Amino acid sequence: MQPFNYLIADTLDAALAEYAENRPVLKAGGIDLVDRMKERLATPAVVLSLGEVEVLRYIEPEGEGVRLGCLTTLADIGRSELLNSRYAALAESAGHAATPQVRERATLGGNLCQRPRCWYFRAIHFHCLKKGGATCFAVEGENQYHAVLGGGPCHIVHPSNCAPPLVAMEALFVVRRAGAEERVIPAREFFVLPSSALDRENVLAPGEILTEVRIPRAPDQSATIELREKQSFDWPLAMASVARVDGRRWNVCLGAVAPVPWVSEEAAEVLGSADITPELAARAGEAAAQAAQPMSDNGYKTQLIKVAVKRALLKAAGQEVPA
Amino acid sequence: MKQKQSRPGETGFSRRGFLKGVGGAVGAAAVVSRVLEAPGLARADEITREGIRRVPAEGLEITLHVNGQERPVTVRPDQTLLEVLREQLGLTGTKEICDRGACGGCTVLLDGRSINSCLMLAVDAAGHEVRTVEGLVQDGRLDPVQQAFVDSDACQCGYCIPGFVVRSRALLDEFPNATPQQIRDGLAGNICRCAAYARIFEAVQTAAAGGNG
Repeated sequence: MQPFNYLIADTLDAALAEYAENRPVLKAGGIDLVDRMKERLATPAVVLSLGEVEVLRYIEPEGEGVRLGCLTTLADIGRSELLNSRYAALAESAGHAATPQVRERATLGGNLCQRPRCWYFRAIHFHCLKKGGATCFAVEGENQYHAVLGGGPCHIVHPSNCAPPLVAMEALFVVRRAGAEERVIPAREFFVLPSSALDRENVLAPGEILTEVRIPRAPDQSATIELREKQSFDWPLAMASVARVDGRRWNVCLGAVAPVPWVSEEAAEVLGSADITPELAARAGEAAAQAAQPMSDNGYKTQLIKVAVKRALLKAAGQEVPA
Repeated sequence: MKQKQSRPGETGFSRRGFLKGVGGAVGAAAVVSRVLEAPGLARADEITREGIRRVPAEGLEITLHVNGQERPVTVRPDQTLLEVLREQLGLTGTKEICDRGACGGCTVLLDGRSINSCLMLAVDAAGHEVRTVEGLVQDGRLDPVQQAFVDSDACQCGYCIPGFVVRSRALLDEFPNATPQQIRDGLAGNICRCAAYARIFEAVQTAAAGGNG
């Protein structure tokens, strides 16, 4: 790592003021940032640590829902009885991300704000579109892990596996900025496609810090299915989170197949608020995969979308899920 | 959830310690100026905000709590806990293998939880209890997990084994009677390139069945 000055915030207010004024690079658990610094992809002169702001570490039931501080670790989300029993879609994906050791340090906020894992983005020798270059190397190159939805021009998949369940459960993201009221953003509006911004993956403006995730109402049913090549230290090839909130219609959100957590309106349309049958679940999967536009090596993801959606719906409904 | 064990007066670095460090930083101009003059950023030695502590790029003396001992050590922000344990504290039981959090070879306990020391900055460990594989030995007696690895002959080249042992300790602290599935899931962050998995699994099962001490 290149040398840097390190600032450790003891309070959120101090962090917000420092971040607004001097724009250091933010660090929570450091799982993503330390990796990028080791690769010289990030060479900040000043890093601001949020890791000691203990007040951002909580899982608190509130009303019909729950509030999660953004420094809550993935391990603690995975351990939480409350989240496992009532917010299964989130507990399952957080509790199985990466490795047990990574999950002890990885935070919810960091998981949602981590940079993409595309191998061209992560390799310093490729001056790709996202890094300010002219080309998305995935188009002509090795694209088996890239997006099949989203339309480019950069074909990353969003790396967060906590995002799809939160979008499906209609979570709200709370954003703070020095001297301003909190900004509350629906999870599905937090992430941005490369067609609107290439240098970032979300709507956070300079000086803004994601501090809390609120799920206003526990879903009636929810589940996540991740389909993986390896079971450990890997990102899913495709995932689907589904949730039915307040007896209303099903939400279906896909992960690892688009540059943002991908809301499938097509699948939701097929499902309405109906009770799940194996036939209906399969039709929803077909609908979710309809818009997929694979590149040379990632056509298999179209099939994985169908399977993930179908299995997630069956799991949420408490029905038998094929192994 | 276990609480972070911060002990007043004993934490790794205090506000006063920081001020002393900052004073030292101003003197060590040659090394520092390159970093401080980074364009577009306030000079780090001008940052005096309440609620912000500063570790200058050229380092600061902090105290790490490692294996029950207080170890004063001068660390730079860009040094990982792994690097400081091995290179400065001589605790070479913790291994550097992938250096990216993928292999588990650098696993240590931080306040009883297993973490990758290669992805953790050493300064972030101040105020926490660090335990390495060396620290599992109590009064000259191997930890039951270590003994089970010996009894099962659970290693080939052995380089990954400290990571497996430390991770297994954390796993059995959380699930004293871990099921075979909990052991498999729990060790998913450790890789053995000799593929001695069968005996490693057997050792952890033995430790779990033996009440793991």
